[in-house]
Amino acid sequence: MPAKKKSAAKKKQKSSPAKSRNEADKTSHPGGPHAEAEINRSFSDEQKVETFRTMARIRRFEQISLKHYNAGKMGGFLHLYIGQESVAVGTISLCGDHDHIITAYRDHGHALAVGMGMNECMAELFGKSTGCSKGKGGSMHYFAPDKNFWGGHGIVGGQTPLGLGLAYGLKYKDLKGCSLTFLGDGAINQGAFHESLNLAGLFDLPAIFIIENNGYSMGTSQKRSSVYPPGGLAQRAEAYGIDWASCMGENVYEVRAVTWEAMRRAHEESRPTVLEINTYRYYGHSVADANAKKYRSKEEVEKYQREHDPVQIWREILIAEGVLSEEKANKIDQEAKDEANAAAKFAEESPYPTVDDIMTDVYEEVDSGSEAGRTGTHFFNT
Amino acid sequence: MRSILYRHAIREALDEELARDDNVVILGEEVAQYNGAYKVTEGLWKKWGDKRVVDTPISEAGFIGMGVGASMLGVRPVMELMFWSFHSVAFDQLVNNAAFVRYMSGGLIHCPIVVRGPANGGTNVGATHSHTPEGLFASFPGLKVCSPATPADVKGLMKTAIRDNDPVYVMENTLLYGTEGPVPDPEDGDHLVPLGVADVKREGDDITLIAHGRSVLHALKAAEILDHDHDIDAEVIDLRSIRPLDEDAILDSVAHTNRAVVIDESKPFCGVSAMICTLLQEKAFDDLDAPILRVNSLDAPSIYSPGVENDQLPNPQRIVDKVLSIA
Ligand SMILES: Cc1ncc(C[n+]2csc(CCOP(=O)(O)OP(=O)(O)O)c2C)c(N)n1
Ligand SMILES: [Mg+2]
Repeated sequence: MPAKKKSAAKKKQKSSPAKSRNEADKTSHPGGPHAEAEINRSFSDEQKVETFRTMARIRRFEQISLKHYNAGKMGGFLHLYIGQESVAVGTISLCGDHDHIITAYRDHGHALAVGMGMNECMAELFGKSTGCSKGKGGSMHYFAPDKNFWGGHGIVGGQTPLGLGLAYGLKYKDLKGCSLTFLGDGAINQGAFHESLNLAGLFDLPAIFIIENNGYSMGTSQKRSSVYPPGGLAQRAEAYGIDWASCMGENVYEVRAVTWEAMRRAHEESRPTVLEINTYRYYGHSVADANAKKYRSKEEVEKYQREHDPVQIWREILIAEGVLSEEKANKIDQEAKDEANAAAKFAEESPYPTVDDIMTDVYEEVDSGSEAGRTGTHFFNT
Repeated sequence: MRSILYRHAIREALDEELARDDNVVILGEEVAQYNGAYKVTEGLWKKWGDKRVVDTPISEAGFIGMGVGASMLGVRPVMELMFWSFHSVAFDQLVNNAAFVRYMSGGLIHCPIVVRGPANGGTNVGATHSHTPEGLFASFPGLKVCSPATPADVKGLMKTAIRDNDPVYVMENTLLYGTEGPVPDPEDGDHLVPLGVADVKREGDDITLIAHGRSVLHALKAAEILDHDHDIDAEVIDLRSIRPLDEDAILDSVAHTNRAVVIDESKPFCGVSAMICTLLQEKAFDDLDAPILRVNSLDAPSIYSPGVENDQLPNPQRIVDKVLSIA
């Protein structure tokens, strides 16, 4: 099947959120043209409000986690997703029972979007035994296989073949589903990603690769790390005979409409897609990013926050639609904040893993006490 | 002697070698405009410009392989891995190409590259970011590996590594970057530390503590405790270089202390510590009055939790306990 080439003209139509808000007066729908997409017409009012709630929860969760990171309650890295919430929430809102999600280390948003609890997520940041990975993985390594969420991966690009493998597994088992593999604009330059694309195209796998282009990989602007083809980063897919599309990420309707097209293709035709979703991160690469204020201007960040903030945009759309009131939105936000503070308290009061816990979860056979786990020496502690 | 930070000692070595040899080029992620993820290359891009200090995309296999290829033409790339942990995505280039091109070509081609970066646990970044692969790479003939513990050693070894005509992998430590120590003034001439020469960091008669990298600091601390609380006089050998390895320094020390404990942050199985034990049993068996013991990281992937990660790593108390069990 030949790749479908999206014309630049078509891409240009995709409105910026600020524009979509202005245009809202002219078009019949306050959410912009994508609100009229079939998949969004069947999006219930209740689901829309829940989507807003999830975005508010991600933002509050991360703001509270930042506060505790700065107070020295956590170790290592903390990569905040704030500014990108609509991407994880919009895409994951489309997932059914056999759709699977995998991402990189900037994973808190995806985790909450798939339904992980704030307590287990916060406790993981604190390194406590009540964390989703019992304090073993930390911020970069959240997992919830029961929710079809396969992590949380620290090595740039390392998750991309795994996402491909989820698609392979689905096809192998004759299940009608797909994988959504999230990666950054910097990660597209890892060889593993290119190998994955070729395999996805060659084997007709229901794999969707979502490049969350937030403009930077650490302190390197997108244009300093990759050649940007006329159609954008997703256009690389053409070389592998794979469909692709590019869109703005701050309007949940747009994210859903574009992603659904790819999911339909995966579900119905077992074909892969590469999506580039343009977004922005408000904080440094991680909280430890000493140069966060050097490689981009304060004005750039503030302009984005003012004109493109995904949580604010979705809130305004839903209020304009009459689905949400100011009062209700404030209440949801307050509840999110309270929940995050309660999660921090839960995390703080939880115990650390013990030294003995370091030695569990290495081998399944040892943990389960099976014959195989008792045969031969598995550990060589000195 | 002036005292400088470990990270500045590396920068000074890079700066001096950039000045000495036009073929030296620094490649890596965020090494130029960002000044290095750990500020090791701070100021070098500003001073030397785009040609000599180059930011690369996140493509370790690509840029390290590129460095190997360029080195075949006489360029001398010094490549930063933001963490040595990311070696795995470039393994083929680091091993099959860098280590073996000389051998496979019957000596026609050589590969004067340096790959450097931090390789350590202890910063709560989890299993994927806490690898200590010095033993792994030292196991490939064709590669040289060093793991300096002090500012003076890292400067001297870095300069030697850059001038060496074989691939040298320098394993630094994020927890050492901010440590300070005496380093000879550049005005007094080139400060070079040869590969393959260990350093006795503390003299003693009762037991030999053999370590490299940050474990040397733990060994020195343990030696103080042993001296003060237990009247045991430990000698501390800092290997500095893993391959080539200073066998004589190890054997000479054990010949007069008759006891040894090896401290190595990497995991126990087939690591540097296992190699040293083999060496001692093969060549110092008659000198030994007690079994050789080791202190390694607990044999599991590195845990994230800030509450317990330090308990997984070697620390002075674990060394003291180990020594007391044989001394
Ligand atoms: C193989 C590998 N190389 C380098 C790193 C260090 N690193 C972590 S994130 C990152 C930047 C990635 O940027 P991007 O893919 O755009 O994702 P974003 O952080 O913007 O979400 C780098 C260089 C790593 N974790 N793994
Ligand atoms: Mg990015």
